Amino acid sequence: MGDVFTPINFGLLLLGTIGGLILGATPGLSPTMAVALLIPFTFQLEPQQGLILLGAAYTSTVAGGAVSAILLKIPGAPANIATTLDGHTMALKGEGAQALQLSFLASAVGGLFGVFLLIFLTPVLAQWALAFGPSHLFWLAILGVTVIGTLDSSSVVKGLLAGCIGLWLATIGFDDIMGAQRFIFHPSVSGGINVIPALIGLFAIPQVITMFTKGRSRDDAEIISVKRHPIRLAFVEVFRRKTALFIGTITGSIIGLIPGVGGQIAGLVAYDQSKKFSRESEKFGTGHSEGVIAAESANNAMVGPSLVPLLTLSIPGSPTAAVLLGGLLIHGIFPGPDLFMNYPQVAWTFIDSMLIGQILMCIFGLYIAGLAARVARVPHAVMAAVVLGLAVFGSYSVQNSMGDVYVMASLGVGMYFLERFGFSAAPLVLGLILGPIAEANFIQGSMIANATVGMGSYFFTGWLNWLLILIVLASVSYSIWMEVAQRRYTTKDDAVAKEEALS
Amino acid sequence: MTSLPRSQHIIASGLIAAVGVSIAYISYTQEPAEAYVFPRLISAVFAVLAIWTFVKAILGRTKVGNGISGDAMLKMAPGLVVTLAYVFWAAKALGFYTATTVAFFLLLSLYDPAPHTQLKTWAKRIAITAGFVLVMYGLFAQLLNVFTPREILF
Repeated sequence: MGDVFTPINFGLLLLGTIGGLILGATPGLSPTMAVALLIPFTFQLEPQQGLILLGAAYTSTVAGGAVSAILLKIPGAPANIATTLDGHTMALKGEGAQALQLSFLASAVGGLFGVFLLIFLTPVLAQWALAFGPSHLFWLAILGVTVIGTLDSSSVVKGLLAGCIGLWLATIGFDDIMGAQRFIFHPSVSGGINVIPALIGLFAIPQVITMFTKGRSRDDAEIISVKRHPIRLAFVEVFRRKTALFIGTITGSIIGLIPGVGGQIAGLVAYDQSKKFSRESEKFGTGHSEGVIAAESANNAMVGPSLVPLLTLSIPGSPTAAVLLGGLLIHGIFPGPDLFMNYPQVAWTFIDSMLIGQILMCIFGLYIAGLAARVARVPHAVMAAVVLGLAVFGSYSVQNSMGDVYVMASLGVGMYFLERFGFSAAPLVLGLILGPIAEANFIQGSMIANATVGMGSYFFTGWLNWLLILIVLASVSYSIWMEVAQRRYTTKDDAVAKEEALS
Repeated sequence: MTSLPRSQHIIASGLIAAVGVSIAYISYTQEPAEAYVFPRLISAVFAVLAIWTFVKAILGRTKVGNGISGDAMLKMAPGLVVTLAYVFWAAKALGFYTATTVAFFLLLSLYDPAPHTQLKTWAKRIAITAGFVLVMYGLFAQLLNVFTPREILF
């Protein structure tokens, strides 16, 4: 814990927390995009310092997203969608300050629980993961891509296709075995596609273009001024609503552990469950404090557990965790079972900083909510230009190369169009990041298999291989089932609407 | 679904299918074969899924994605042109800071909802642009020591 409190580390923690709150409060800047844009600023730092900055920013952007959700009815991130339901209504009733205070307090409680889960689960899982061989790591990488591909997308086929595009992008450049160049169609990618410019492009540029499509219009959302509210009363209120706090925290933590599900689902499920268990369920949606507490405790409780599969198995649990993986790799740290053996100080300082970061986020959140509210009013034009500038400078600074800037822009513009046709950036990014892990372990596994039991036996026997294969199949099947069910439901609704229109 | 998004879906999925099939073809024909073992595996899945998506688009059964409306296209076009010119030409030709200043100011002028007829709003745009470029210079040139292409002015 002591490492967190050295002047430079604590300073970075403060910077990441305050910066994250401001970035999170800005509509259009998602936590994933904010962390991706921050990575270039960590190049000059030691690995643990860089991770402290990124971890603090991750925690705070998720919580800061509540500011625009409450005051503008624009969720700062998908994780804050459920917060708009009651938070904005509270703000309309003149209880904006109370809603903000409740959201930061609930976020801190959920977040602290999530980080404790991270502390207790990570070493256990890391110990277990030490037994993994190349075939298991190959299936794990495939699992990471398919789970995110199927759960983060509205179409299973398009999610998997995006994962394949990412895996293919990862094969561009030199191969590790023969040193042969593959798929070099432009000199900019002769050394392969660097993960950081790709991340910046895939997450930031589509958002910039989306801001362009809004033209010169202002947001229709009503901006609400925040009146003073005693913090003491918010404390009393948040701990009076124990059921909502408990449901939000537990739901968020469990959902965070499942790779690919993310904060959006955590917030909505927690909101829904709190409503079911509440004695005042009829008040949900009318500006009820339980709605804000459940949603915000859930989306921050998800942050810690979403890093468990990342730190132990190299499988990012969320798109933002995928970006953090990119940050780790750029500092030469390969997460996985060996992380706690090779870099224990880096790993534990990072985890400790997440713990302190939650408390700092709460303190600053409570006191700078008013300032964050002002940031939420920044026009789209300014945001688009700022993000574009940061994306260009950030991509260039990775290797001082214009090629990276071209890659960033090309992937970003391509991703915007892909998103318009139902593709999601998260599986593509996962494919790009996990591709080298999958390929290296596939090749290594093939060599072992050819020299011993053969490919079929090596990759398709053993309980661990089968467990991973079954999880891959189960996640794909479940997503297909959900998609079909949802479509049937929509078709039924359409039929009823048509009948009503005809009658 | 109107015919415009359907045709857009066909074009988009057709392009992806073409990429998928090309990658599969390259993976299965290029030498040395050992270097393409993994690409073969993924490109086969890529091509199958891409063709599946393309066939669905042709049959009009694509349910996900809204395509791009003409209005959105018109609104984004000027910003996209400035962005692409900035990234692919101006940043290197004019230098990062000069190009950023020009691109930032152009984007603000194009998309800022404040009226174009008032001197005050132009002054505000100039101030925001100057402030942003100064912050970028401070961060990247001074703090992070990133050497960026510098051609005109600085």
